[in-house]
Amino acid sequence: MRKCKAEKLNDIFALIAQDMTLYLPVDTEGGAAFTKWNENVKYSESLNTVRSPKDFFFPQTENLMAFKTEGKNIEIIDTRSETEDFAVFGVRACDTKSFDVLDRVFLSDPVDSYYANRREHGVIISVACTRPSETCFCTAFDIDATSPQGDISVWKTETDVYFEANTEKGAALMEKLSALTEDCDNTAVESAKESTKAILSRLPLKDLKLSAFGGGKTMELFENEAWDELSQSCLGCGTCTFVCPTCQCYDIKDFNTGNSVVRFRCWDSCMYSDFTKMAHGNNRLTQKERFRQRFMHKLVYYPENNDGLFSCVGCGRCLAKCPISMNIVKVIKKIGGKTNE
Amino acid sequence: MNNFETLIPTLGVITDVRIDTPDIKTFRVVTPDGKKAFDHRPGQCAMLSIPGVGEAMFSITSSPTNEEYMEFSIKKCGCVTDWLHQAEVGQQITIRGPYGRPFPVDDVFAGHNMLFIAGGVGLAPLRSVINYCRHYRDRYGDIDIVYGSRSKDDLLDYQEIIEEWSKDAGVNVHLTIDNAQEGWDGHVGFVPHYVKELNFDTNKIAVLCGPPIMIKFTLDGLVELGFDKKNVYTTLELRMKCGVGKCGRCNVGAKYVCKDGPVFRCDEIDELPSEY
Repeated sequence: MRKCKAEKLNDIFALIAQDMTLYLPVDTEGGAAFTKWNENVKYSESLNTVRSPKDFFFPQTENLMAFKTEGKNIEIIDTRSETEDFAVFGVRACDTKSFDVLDRVFLSDPVDSYYANRREHGVIISVACTRPSETCFCTAFDIDATSPQGDISVWKTETDVYFEANTEKGAALMEKLSALTEDCDNTAVESAKESTKAILSRLPLKDLKLSAFGGGKTMELFENEAWDELSQSCLGCGTCTFVCPTCQCYDIKDFNTGNSVVRFRCWDSCMYSDFTKMAHGNNRLTQKERFRQRFMHKLVYYPENNDGLFSCVGCGRCLAKCPISMNIVKVIKKIGGKTNE
Repeated sequence: MNNFETLIPTLGVITDVRIDTPDIKTFRVVTPDGKKAFDHRPGQCAMLSIPGVGEAMFSITSSPTNEEYMEFSIKKCGCVTDWLHQAEVGQQITIRGPYGRPFPVDDVFAGHNMLFIAGGVGLAPLRSVINYCRHYRDRYGDIDIVYGSRSKDDLLDYQEIIEEWSKDAGVNVHLTIDNAQEGWDGHVGFVPHYVKELNFDTNKIAVLCGPPIMIKFTLDGLVELGFDKKNVYTTLELRMKCGVGKCGRCNVGAKYVCKDGPVFRCDEIDELPSEY
């Protein structure tokens, strides 16, 4: 473990930014947002960013390829380019775990080269939580907010910043930071972890249980009558999907620029009525069906295909952002029935 | 960076357009240097696109035993299909694939009598497996084909059915149309009824494809005749964008129709929530 004085953090950022683009949470009018570092931006201590860091690997929109057409002929242009190295500082434990969830989708065969390329070039510097909030429920997914598992884990105390590399990529970056950091023991970090754990143990959602969910529960939970009530006021706005660090459904569309056609992909939502609409019909006609799909996928279908891993990390963004205050916690409690009484 | 990216297609050229019915055309596609774009297995699909119009998934109707080209029988019913229907020979398109789980023609189907049941454009995915079984005729037992459409004019591959399939030894073709029509002396009636009338014995594997309602009633009829759902196969069709189980659109239960299907055994479908 290495450490530096808290007031030296900006020097650390400057050193990282010498070799790669550095992004970190910065307070903006719309809340904390990952922003490109420069000497004038100030690292936000905010618990979490409004938007998750999934953008870094799975951007909201990205060009996939381009075409030129002339008469009956088409030219396919591979627009992929080598990504430059970048680092993301300040990723919380929940969001760090979300990359595991996304990896299992995009890096499973056949590998999505757009995602893989960014993943290869990105260094995740996770920062341990010190003030988890009442919307946090990462503990339900066995995520330890005090030990985030990025390429580098960082703990901040009033006076010092502590670093521990978890991967080769992280170790390489720590090597570069060696002039600004010094070896230390983990006493202060352990004590910081304990005080955060004391807060975690008092959070309102600390006892949320997922034992009613997981692979193999499809038929048992699909026809649960509570879906009607739960979905009744859903507006189908898709806000939950867009702020969710693990939602990864996408659309592919063509855009005619005037002299070429760009094929791009963008985030999409199973909450939208046209998501499954085909020329000859739509297999999910009601908001109830679409609402159920989102939660069944996160809590049953995804775990069934991924060794029990849930496609939710308890970041709490959907709790904070849903305009009608519906969210996955309410679904877990209602559909989970007795397990959460 | 990986050089291969499954979302990036290759070029195809339409070398023949056959008008099958008032709303179905069959397109022959090869690469610009005249070769087959890729190998596939019966039942698999390919993504075809026209830049600026869109991309859509189609079943490959030609058999893998055809080593020269691929064929797609496409019904005019949306943006991409409307555009394809006005395309002429020589038009380039893009193609990627093959996608999906094929029919188990070489293991499960081998050595069995086969019953193929199709409605309308549902013959498109079955033509691939029918012609595969006809090509390797000695690997399979008797072949029955029940095919129905709205009218005589809506029967796909009619010429091939009459001139080739009907003439093969051990292949019995049973055609039907929904309503009586001048110039038609064959069977009249819906496919599910006809299948029950034909009263097939159950020592065969059945493969169904057609509109969802036809599949439902035909399957019910087969079960009444004593068929085990484990011996009945069908294909599902849902909206798809990526074709590789990532975009999320064709997800039903823990399955993705694009990669875990489109071919499913009917007892497997019973394990899925009814959202297909």
